[in-house]
Amino acid sequence: MNENPTTGTLRVKTGLAEMLKGGVIMDVVTPEQAKIAEDAGAVAVMSLERVPADIRAAGGVARMADPTIVEAIVGSVSIPVMAKCRIGHFVEAQVLQSLGVDYLDESEVLTPADEEYHIDKWDFTVPFVCGARNLGEALRRIGEGAAMIRTKGEPGTGNVVEAVRHMRTMLDEIAWVAGLRSEQLFGAAKDLQAPYELVKWVHEHGTLPVVNFSAGGIATPADAALMMQLGCDGVFVGSGIFKSGDPVKRARAIVEATTHYNDPDVIARVSRDLGEAMVGINISDIPDAERMQERGW
Amino acid sequence: MRVGVLALQGAFREHILVLEALASSTVAVRLPVQLEGLDGLVIPGGESTAIAKLMRTYGFYEAIRDACAQGMAVWGTCAGAILMAREIGDARPDQEPLGLMDIVVQRNAYGRQVDSFEAPLHFAHIGEPFPGVFIRAPYIERVGEGVEILARHDGRIVAAHGGRMLATTFHPELTGDPRVHRYFIERVIAAQ
Repeated sequence: MNENPTTGTLRVKTGLAEMLKGGVIMDVVTPEQAKIAEDAGAVAVMSLERVPADIRAAGGVARMADPTIVEAIVGSVSIPVMAKCRIGHFVEAQVLQSLGVDYLDESEVLTPADEEYHIDKWDFTVPFVCGARNLGEALRRIGEGAAMIRTKGEPGTGNVVEAVRHMRTMLDEIAWVAGLRSEQLFGAAKDLQAPYELVKWVHEHGTLPVVNFSAGGIATPADAALMMQLGCDGVFVGSGIFKSGDPVKRARAIVEATTHYNDPDVIARVSRDLGEAMVGINISDIPDAERMQERGW
Repeated sequence: MRVGVLALQGAFREHILVLEALASSTVAVRLPVQLEGLDGLVIPGGESTAIAKLMRTYGFYEAIRDACAQGMAVWGTCAGAILMAREIGDARPDQEPLGLMDIVVQRNAYGRQVDSFEAPLHFAHIGEPFPGVFIRAPYIERVGEGVEILARHDGRIVAAHGGRMLATTFHPELTGDPRVHRYFIERVIAAQ
């Protein structure tokens, strides 16, 4: 029997995402914040130079974080560490893989490096998570090798409305594909601009082939529970924790609300006295060109 | 036979699906009162620090120890194996194991995610090689008296069984192969 281990298989890539389910992944910019997140019960941290709200405020080109920051965060916690690279920027991805990052986010939060192609994620040993607003976008990313999907929402706004829109769109389209007759799947693949084999998989199983988290605008325990009740597998919280009045308490509260998303008594208890939530932005106040969710093709 | 799966965080749904197909009554355990009347409990893979935090907040430590004293069997996979150990190597200072089984477990023992791997395993008593899926996996550094080593990979212990306790550092629930689940039901829970 060949006992040689095989690394970087699809099963170990999607498997890590399975282990993160029911959990909260928190954006952090320092090792201290990473430790706060770990102590609060985060299942992973996203290491960044700036949280989305600050990226939005700063403007200009947003890039991969400085390797010094990423390495410091990798060295500070025992939970998995994720990091973001620009859409299409496969060299940033190579760098982050070499730093020992556990999951890469090819993310619309950063300024895209390629307006036509995403990264060929099959080339990497490290798994990728990618954003999507609908089923077609999700299946295109999975076709390129993404092992985990997150609905995009609108990052850095503290406004959950886009996250809800994208999750509902995804679920509606999955239900639509599941209800088609098999000869209609070729047309569906064309409409969704997605690989036929993956459309067929969704038709047969009635779900995405990989774990689907929710992201972009989650700021309160009730927001997190809302997304879980709508059917996501877990949540990313970006600016919502460390841009709030009491990050320690809010982080813990969002973790509990994500586990007990169906228990309003728990959500009520953990929602008390959390201090100020991050200041929200109405989506209609954001000019089209500054909407991060439009990035990705 | 009633089997619970601790459903605080991680891959609990996958365990429930396999157990349901084996025709046992299954329950997703989110609160300690749901441990009542269980013959067995699966502590799934996930992030051991996150699961431990939630277990402490909701009073699971005592409740699980009490239920085990009443005869409940436990199977821990990956993070679950870490939590049920007598001792955790490389533990965070506040990470307390349940101490249900006389094993010492080393966390993140193979490195980071890029080192996660698949390898076939010789698993005692279940026949053909079993597909081992190791994700940021721990291994069992040593076992106490009366604990049988069921599988090794590269010389390291990756599955063990002692009394009412079963520990695997890999993920049978991700493989579609129900033999380790069947082992838990037939040779751990049903064996008296």
